[in-house]
Amino acid sequence: MKLVRDTWLVYQRQLLLMARSPVWIAVGLLQPLCYLLLFAPLLTSALAASGAHSTSDAYRIYVPGLLSALALMGGLFTGFTLLGELHAGVIERSRVTPVSRVALLLGRALRETTALLIQSVLIAVLAIPFGLTVGLADLLLAMALLALMALMASSVSYGLALLVPTDAALGPVVNTIAQPLALLSGTLLPIALAPVWLRTAASWNPCYWAVEGMRALFAGHLDAPEVWRGLLLTALLTAVAVAWSARLFAQRIR
Amino acid sequence: MIVTKGLRKSFRPRRGAAAVDAVRGIDLSVAEGEIYGLLGPNGAGKTTTLRMLATLLVPDGGAATVAGADLRAAPGEVRRRIGYVAQGGGTTDQATAREELVLQARMYGVRKAEAVRRAEQGLAAFDLAEFGDRVCKTYSGGQRRRLDLALGVVHRPRVLFLDEPTVGLDPRSRSQVWAEVRRLREQGMTVLLTTHYLDEADALCDRIGIVDNGGIVTEGTPEELKQKISGDSVTIGLPDPAATTGAERALAELPCVQRLEALPGEDGLRLHVDSAATAIPQLLRTLAAVGIEPEHVQLQRPSLDDVFLALTGRALAHSS
Ligand SMILES: Nc1ncnc2c1ncn2[C@@H]1O[C@H](COP(=O)(O)OP(=O)(O)OP(=O)(O)O)[C@@H](O)[C@H]1O
Ligand SMILES: [Mg+2]
Repeated sequence: MKLVRDTWLVYQRQLLLMARSPVWIAVGLLQPLCYLLLFAPLLTSALAASGAHSTSDAYRIYVPGLLSALALMGGLFTGFTLLGELHAGVIERSRVTPVSRVALLLGRALRETTALLIQSVLIAVLAIPFGLTVGLADLLLAMALLALMALMASSVSYGLALLVPTDAALGPVVNTIAQPLALLSGTLLPIALAPVWLRTAASWNPCYWAVEGMRALFAGHLDAPEVWRGLLLTALLTAVAVAWSARLFAQRIR
Repeated sequence: MIVTKGLRKSFRPRRGAAAVDAVRGIDLSVAEGEIYGLLGPNGAGKTTTLRMLATLLVPDGGAATVAGADLRAAPGEVRRRIGYVAQGGGTTDQATAREELVLQARMYGVRKAEAVRRAEQGLAAFDLAEFGDRVCKTYSGGQRRRLDLALGVVHRPRVLFLDEPTVGLDPRSRSQVWAEVRRLREQGMTVLLTTHYLDEADALCDRIGIVDNGGIVTEGTPEELKQKISGDSVTIGLPDPAATTGAERALAELPCVQRLEALPGEDGLRLHVDSAATAIPQLLRTLAAVGIEPEHVQLQRPSLDDVFLALTGRALAHSS
């Protein structure tokens, strides 16, 4: 109960701060639009190789990948917002209070998750006039999977920010993780296009399975094995990431 | 209220690097309702001591009880009973003082309606009401520091830790903060603060522990500490360099003069004597005998600066 209450406290405050930063909102809303408008003309021909015969087919492959990339990347880079708070002493001030340490992490990670979900819903809805077709149940489940991915990625990112608490050091660390992760998940281009060794490598990347799950959902295969496999794996990883990061929140504040 | 025994902490800046012994065994005993000051130069280990007592750092060794709770066995209990104001504060730029106070109270488990009421009281008590609904980014240093204090006590702790409460403030804001701290003590709060301002320790604290190099060198009331330096010092202002050399030669002979030195940057002497009351007439007589007319004579009671110098052989850098 205390965890839920404390998380809600931190989450509310984070939402308030987000609402007060108009730049963030503008970027957050324009970015998805750009992706859709600029990539749309490219799509059909580019994805023809992976079996897209119409714009609608192309969107079914492209949109879930784009959403996954946003969730993973957005999440992984959110650690930078924590650096500011660490610097200002906000985290230290919270840590002297009896507030739950897990809540300090969850409240923040959920803010990031919320932001990414808003962006994702927006993209999905905007893509419909371009020819995307997706069932409501599929979309809801896809959003759940996305939320898990965002939660996992932001927990990891906060943990990293606590371990390497300077802008200069965190940047390279996050990039080193984010780049191969995105590539080996097949977020923007399906990994099926890749040579065999790359496909083998990808199969060891849990995010790959999450992205496969996303694609299955957008293709309308609610009962495909990729879906529950992706959900299960991501849920498991999210739990591990949250536990790891929360432990750092409890121990590791300078 | 606060008892520590052999509290220790060392840091290893990097893996493999030599450890920095920030605190090497601090024994403290602060009574209920007391304002206790840790006075020491930069890097003495004041902040590290406070952060250990506030459960932010796990001590490497030693034991402590804070407000009746054991620091190692029950850090959660300690947290509930203390307030801590960090050296650099900890407010969010984009939030208002009122929002910060409400959130802080709620993080201590206070219910919403009560938290709103306490925020209102905090704003009034610390003279923040006027700008309490403006975001913290717009506050002056003094306003921000008063908010830090208000945040530290919004849950009515029994023990309050203040890390350099007035650093960077102008004299008016400083005395305002001092007044707040005294008021909190009157309400029964025990305050442990750190400072490197001598006048602050002197004016505000009931007892002072002088910290250097991770340990307490000596402690006592400001008066006791000053008495540890025997004798007084006397400054004599003289009209020109020639008079200064003449006076120096004449006065050095006197048995009541322990030590004397020329004043830096002006004409005159500073003398250390056993007792100013008996020495000043002799000094004046001796000067008159060699025909030197002093411009002024000043008696100086030893300051904490002198105490620090006498105990550590170094001057405190940041006396104001
Ligand atoms: N997290 C840390 N990692 C490494 N060294 C540290 C750390 N925190 C403090 N130190 C070192 O421990 C020593 C004591 O630092 P501390 O901050 O306690 O001093 P202080 O008395 O508060 O000084 P100041 O008056 O400058 O605030 C310093 O040498 C400092 O460099
Ligand atoms: Mg300090």
